[in-house]
Amino acid sequence: MSTHDANGPTGETGLERHGDGHGGLATHEEAQVPERFENPGLPQHQHRVSDVDARAAKRAERQVAAMFGLSALGTIVTIVAYYAVQLDEEVSFDTYLGRVQLSNFLLGVGLFLALFFIGAGAIHWAKTLMPDDERVEYRHLQRGTEETRADAVRILQEGADESGLGRRPLLRNTLLGALALIPLPAVILLRDTGPLPEKALSTTFWKAGTRLTLDPTGEPLKAEDLTIGSIAHIMPEGIEEAEHPLNERAKAAVLVMRLNPDDLASESEDGSYSGIVAYSKICTHMGCPVALYEQQTHHLLCPCHQSTFDLTQNCKVIFGPAKRPLPQLPITVDDEGYLVAKEGFSQAVGPSFWERG
Amino acid sequence: MTALAARRRHPLATVVLVLLGLVVTGAAYAALLPGRAQATDAVSGDVEAGRKVFLANCSTCHGLNAEGRNNAPSLIGVGAASVDFQVGTGRMPLQQSGPQAPKSNRELDEDEVRQVAAYIASLAPGPSIPTSEQYSSEGGDVSRGGLIFRTNCAMCHNFAGKGGALTRGKFAPNLTGVDPKYVYEAMVSGPQSMPVFNDQVIDPQAKRDVIAYLKTIEEAPSPGGLALGSIGPVSEGLVAWAVGLLALIGCAVWLGTKSS
Repeated sequence: MSTHDANGPTGETGLERHGDGHGGLATHEEAQVPERFENPGLPQHQHRVSDVDARAAKRAERQVAAMFGLSALGTIVTIVAYYAVQLDEEVSFDTYLGRVQLSNFLLGVGLFLALFFIGAGAIHWAKTLMPDDERVEYRHLQRGTEETRADAVRILQEGADESGLGRRPLLRNTLLGALALIPLPAVILLRDTGPLPEKALSTTFWKAGTRLTLDPTGEPLKAEDLTIGSIAHIMPEGIEEAEHPLNERAKAAVLVMRLNPDDLASESEDGSYSGIVAYSKICTHMGCPVALYEQQTHHLLCPCHQSTFDLTQNCKVIFGPAKRPLPQLPITVDDEGYLVAKEGFSQAVGPSFWERG
Repeated sequence: MTALAARRRHPLATVVLVLLGLVVTGAAYAALLPGRAQATDAVSGDVEAGRKVFLANCSTCHGLNAEGRNNAPSLIGVGAASVDFQVGTGRMPLQQSGPQAPKSNRELDEDEVRQVAAYIASLAPGPSIPTSEQYSSEGGDVSRGGLIFRTNCAMCHNFAGKGGALTRGKFAPNLTGVDPKYVYEAMVSGPQSMPVFNDQVIDPQAKRDVIAYLKTIEEAPSPGGLALGSIGPVSEGLVAWAVGLLALIGCAVWLGTKSS
């Protein structure tokens, strides 16, 4: 038996106007430990200023009305600003905001006033002027009567008997079989909604002899165009004519850098051309473009998670979460002196995936 | 007319005629000759004066013949553009050693910068100081400049040119308010960590486009106000969480308090 039951009505619902607060804790002698604590009940209701003072109530009323008025004003400001202010007008606030587009500023302020002060006015109204006496509302009993419960069990039992599930195993088993087959069409239909990626993740647009062209202008690049310390952002020639140019660009992006040939690691020399090397721009961690190149340290930095690759060590990872070096694109020059790919990437570019060989 | 006609057989007439012809030809030649590409070409004597300024201010680190030593790189072949950028922006002479030489007050005056640039340019060919037509944003295609900036520059300097962090204390500086000449020189010379973007990688017109783009975003008003440094989601998220959430909590506290 809880203390709540001791004071409230049990087994029935009811609303009780509060007002006659019970006394505090039963006082005992200091030495005596009380046998049990009495429910102190709810504290005495405190009346608000606006309940006892008519002038305060009037003031609160005016405040609420002012808030609603402000909201109306905000709506009007919004509408007027929308029609009257030209988009290229600007207003200057010296220190923090700087130069601001006046139209946006007025629309924002107007909508804020309109929406915020409807809500604020309603809350202020409820808090100062609507009745605030505490009420106690007791819960319903959750459990039904014994009769209702027995009735429910009887109905279920009757249903089971009438369907004959127990007596007719053929029906039961065929139903289970039909239900087991139902998900199959979903598997077959959904599997056919798009082609499987097949080799698309492992291959790129680069082939033997593809020219290196500048992104975004598409100009082919000669070996002598690059000075030591240069970087160029490269796409394969003809990528815009690919079937899905954006998909291809996402895989084929390449960085070309020229450094002193003595600085290159011996394993990257094969794919280089007099100090010019090409590496995939796609980070092997999450596929961000690795494009921050420090020409003195020869570090390539990925802006997303700070994976750092060392160009002088065949783009080995020297910091950060990436696990594999950036794949190198072997390059050479063609008869006219333009940089071309010697062959495509020997491994998949970008982040790891399940079937990556 | 008659006076002139009377003197046409004067002994000095031939001399006057020849002189007149020479002056007209010379004037026409001077007027029609295409202007020199280098406006700030070395004035004679600059090289010698520049060597003296170099010996006094730079040679302690870069060596008596600009050959470089220890951490100071060789300056042979870096070109006048590199000198004008490094000394003109006060990055050099280096104030103190650190991950990177920051922009600071210029130590040498304009003439001295020009002289040192002339001296370094005389050692070996390298990128020269651009003329004002080269780095002027006039005639630049802003939208193409944006495309080139986002492909080549934005990863370090931020999409709005506000700069960003590199490794180990190095950083890409903010480009707001930087003299277009220095933007141009930085592209051709590749100062410090920055790679070189020569005229074959970003052609001169594209460089003008990039400068025009930078000027445009610098002058554009902030559509909503409070750009928060234009550094993207980090500062915006911080303000949204710190200021926005505090305001919401304030509203919730006000909702929950009893009116007095």
